Amino acid sequence: MANFSIQNVQLSGVSVCVPKKKVKNKDNKLFNSDEVTKFSQSTGVYEFRVAEKEVTTADLGFEAANSLLDEMNIDRNEIDILLFVSQTPDYLNVPNTAPILQDRLKLSKQCIAFDIPLGCSGFVYGLSVIASFMQNPAFRKGLLIFGDTPSKTVNKKDKSTSLLFGDAAGAVILESKESNQKMIFNLGTDGSGYKAIIIPEGGYRNPFNDNSLIENEIEKDIVRNKCEIVLDGMDVFSFGISQAPKTIKELYEFAILSNEEVDFAVFHQANMMMNEMIRKKLKLEKEKVPYSLEKFGNTSSASIPITMVTQLKTQLEKDKMRLLLCGFGVGLSWGTCYLETENLKVMDLIEL
Amino acid sequence: MKLEITTFIQDFEQLFDEVEQGTITQDTVIRDLDEWSSLIALTLIAMADENYEIKLTGDDIRTSITVNDVYQKIIGKL
Repeated sequence: MANFSIQNVQLSGVSVCVPKKKVKNKDNKLFNSDEVTKFSQSTGVYEFRVAEKEVTTADLGFEAANSLLDEMNIDRNEIDILLFVSQTPDYLNVPNTAPILQDRLKLSKQCIAFDIPLGCSGFVYGLSVIASFMQNPAFRKGLLIFGDTPSKTVNKKDKSTSLLFGDAAGAVILESKESNQKMIFNLGTDGSGYKAIIIPEGGYRNPFNDNSLIENEIEKDIVRNKCEIVLDGMDVFSFGISQAPKTIKELYEFAILSNEEVDFAVFHQANMMMNEMIRKKLKLEKEKVPYSLEKFGNTSSASIPITMVTQLKTQLEKDKMRLLLCGFGVGLSWGTCYLETENLKVMDLIEL
Repeated sequence: MKLEITTFIQDFEQLFDEVEQGTITQDTVIRDLDEWSSLIALTLIAMADENYEIKLTGDDIRTSITVNDVYQKIIGKL
């Protein structure tokens, strides 16, 4: 039952906030500059944003959500559900971050609020959960806040991660609205690959201990401690190039759709080499597949919306659009969503 | 699908810019190749997916010493 469709729920607004501080890979002094250049050429990542020490994912998400609610003139008492999708919450789940945001955003106490700690697939998963709740007519509007500050989990001396990830967070509004338009989902999981992207210590399987913060040189240019993120690039690559085309083909089959019926396919911005391979396997035209990797890197669950905001604002605002959104990665987990938008409210990128 | 070692070696050589055709043998140690890098490893995974429709994992590559080791991993999945 990985396929399902949802009626009478409309995506009506999107907003993304990034930190002001830019880091450019060409200025990197820790690694061989030829190798860094090659890395940028293959991954498509030339610069990305990094949050200040005291700024969290929730702070970026708050800015995005607060401005969006204001801009759209939304009565905050009508937000019946708030989800926070992130792997960099304010606290390690005690408490969840969504309740803190419910209060900061001055939402009603009747509002349901909880966290979903997913990454690359998180935006699509978050949409599916809110949209599912909103199948119930008691729910009027939903607010999804998403994003990550990977700069806080990456070791600068780990070449496999420190040139790739960027910080960003954002918000979307979903509204209950009678229409013929559907949101169609294909979601799935393969937990056998859970080690492919992992922070090994600091949870309850391997609790934080005296050695957790000791840096180890795993191999040349790969240095990190046990509370920093590990990325097995080869496993993730192998997974992405096979699973992303598969989930999209499954959704196409279920919904009786093809590339023809899609105006834009917005993928999780993993890296250029992987995404281009996925695009080619699906035979999607270049013009239909926008990228935001160059200036923002891989921004986890914010990568699909940041691509919409920075690359598709004009198109999304002026017309009806048929979008295919696809996220895949940490879990391992994947999700594809086909949805139609009409005069979507797209705010200019906010910098904090 | 049957994959000959000679075909695999030809496909493997094409992943490199500076390797002359016919210079790699099944006993070549992959990490001894000047151009070998984590990026070449990704193109190897991509090539195996595209040409042979199989999934090579990070472990498959990490535990391979020679070209023949990679070949054995691949034919084990065909």
